[in-house]
Amino acid sequence: MDAAEAPTQMPTRPLIDICGVAKTYSGGTHALQGIDLAVRQGEFLSLLGPSGCGKSTLLRLIAGLGEPSAGRIEWPSATYDAAGRPERSLGFVFQEPTLMPWATVFDNVFLPLRLAGQRRRAVALRVEEAIAQVGLGGFARAYPRQLSGGMRMRVSIARALVMHPKVLLMDEPFAALDEITRMRLNDDLLRLWQAGHWTVIFVTHSVYESAFLSSRIAVMGARPGRIAELIEVPAPYPRDEAFRTSAEYNEYCRRTSAALRATLPDAGALP
Amino acid sequence: MDDNAPLPPGLRIIVPLLLGGVMLALWQGLVWWLEVPKFVLPAPTLIAQSLYNDWGTLIVSLWITLRITLMAFVIALVCGVALAVLSAQSRLVEISIFPYAVMLQVTPVVAIAPLILIWVGLEHIDRALLILATIVAFFPILSNTTLGLKSVDHNLRDLFVLYGAGAGQRLRLLQLPTALPYLLAGMKISGGLALIGAVVAEFVAGSGTGAGLAWRIIESANRLNIPRMFAALILLSALGIVIFLLMAGLQTMLLRHWHESAVRRER
Ligand SMILES: Nc1ncnc2c1ncn2[C@@H]1O[C@H](COP(=O)(O)OP(=O)(O)OP(=O)(O)O)[C@@H](O)[C@H]1O
Ligand SMILES: [Mg+2]
Repeated sequence: MDAAEAPTQMPTRPLIDICGVAKTYSGGTHALQGIDLAVRQGEFLSLLGPSGCGKSTLLRLIAGLGEPSAGRIEWPSATYDAAGRPERSLGFVFQEPTLMPWATVFDNVFLPLRLAGQRRRAVALRVEEAIAQVGLGGFARAYPRQLSGGMRMRVSIARALVMHPKVLLMDEPFAALDEITRMRLNDDLLRLWQAGHWTVIFVTHSVYESAFLSSRIAVMGARPGRIAELIEVPAPYPRDEAFRTSAEYNEYCRRTSAALRATLPDAGALP
Repeated sequence: MDDNAPLPPGLRIIVPLLLGGVMLALWQGLVWWLEVPKFVLPAPTLIAQSLYNDWGTLIVSLWITLRITLMAFVIALVCGVALAVLSAQSRLVEISIFPYAVMLQVTPVVAIAPLILIWVGLEHIDRALLILATIVAFFPILSNTTLGLKSVDHNLRDLFVLYGAGAGQRLRLLQLPTALPYLLAGMKISGGLALIGAVVAEFVAGSGTGAGLAWRIIESANRLNIPRMFAALILLSALGIVIFLLMAGLQTMLLRHWHESAVRRER
């Protein structure tokens, strides 16, 4: 199980090197301060924290949507293009499905390829494959509004996967879904991640979700947004129903929960 | 058909027609009974007769008004969308164009008609009519399309940035589709306004090479030929209704797959 082994030993060069990153919005909000984080090749990293601690901000900075106010985000192993930007191959899944309502599932998934100048005919198979990968085979002709919330989220994931990204950034992708759908999508995501050998950075505010999915959890605190603790979850993959009910999983949840509580200002007052 | 009460399909057409029929019968009866003179209120039968007798002249006038309306609408559509796209590309263009567009919009077309007439020359009244009708029809297209182009979902915009989309791709694949429902709503208003503009302009500026429906109405009024005036009015409102229905049809056709306004809900 290479996916299980990989995160436990520190590779010499991290995939993404985040050094002393801070972000202050023009309104004066210190969204992030002093973020140091080395994202390892092939790991499943969760950013866990209370609302407003800067998780989305950090993820967007990693994606290159916006500049940090201080510090650097480097991609040591990436090549750089003519404009001096790293050529990162990444997919982004937003909290909402963020689909184009006027386009079919096929066209939505085709979008990244289209923007890269690909012809529809040439990549039709690849698009169909991505749609099938998330379990939506047969829905290529449907419009987003004909789909359920969970199905739309799957389309969004297919769109991120169709470019075969090395890094998948996900911003609370399943937060709006019901428990059962979320578990199903969690299982599917882990399966795809293991098969695809990519790196996932996954934003969530659910202790249980992060402990189930991640090989490592970055627990964040608010005001200013910072990384309070890094928790390794060395349990082997594939993780399934048995893991979900195991004492080991419980222990990780407990530790993560405690770390999260410690970041809150009045730690003792909460249940 | 309907959302909550399941009406029989034909009812939507039959009920208004029935009401119209009753009203017409009442009108006819009252005119007969009270012996209203025909230059005050002609009976529906008389109007129908006038419509039949003067069909030749009326249809020519209808065509003239229709032509100006259509041309004004198309010009307003092209210019409005072009300017909106331009101002969406640069904030500078937007803030420089908009005050003048608003000025053009708020100044009553009746007030600028004489000026336009002098500029284009009295021998080109057709052009004056076209310009005036275009001015009236132009603003809803511009303002609606501008709003639409700006209403792009922020996350989708980020997605386009992330995948390195160019300005052209962003316009074609993201901004224009987002703006489409807004544009169509603007077109619906503009279509009606183009007709109003064409009629008002003819009232103010007179008619060009041939007399449009507005001119027919003035002429009939001067001759106290009230039945023909009503006939011209009926044609005018029929034209307005057809334009509205066409726009509504276009809206439904283009948006039926995806936009909340046009999709039929299944429950
Ligand atoms: N575009 C913006 N302009 C100004 N302030 C912002 C902006 N985006 C976020 N912030 C502020 O930065 C802080 C962090 O926001 P962020 O969205 O990163 O939090 P988050 O951890 O993702 O929260 P949530 O779990 O609720 O999504 C918040 O206080 C927020 O008010
Ligand atoms: Mg967020």
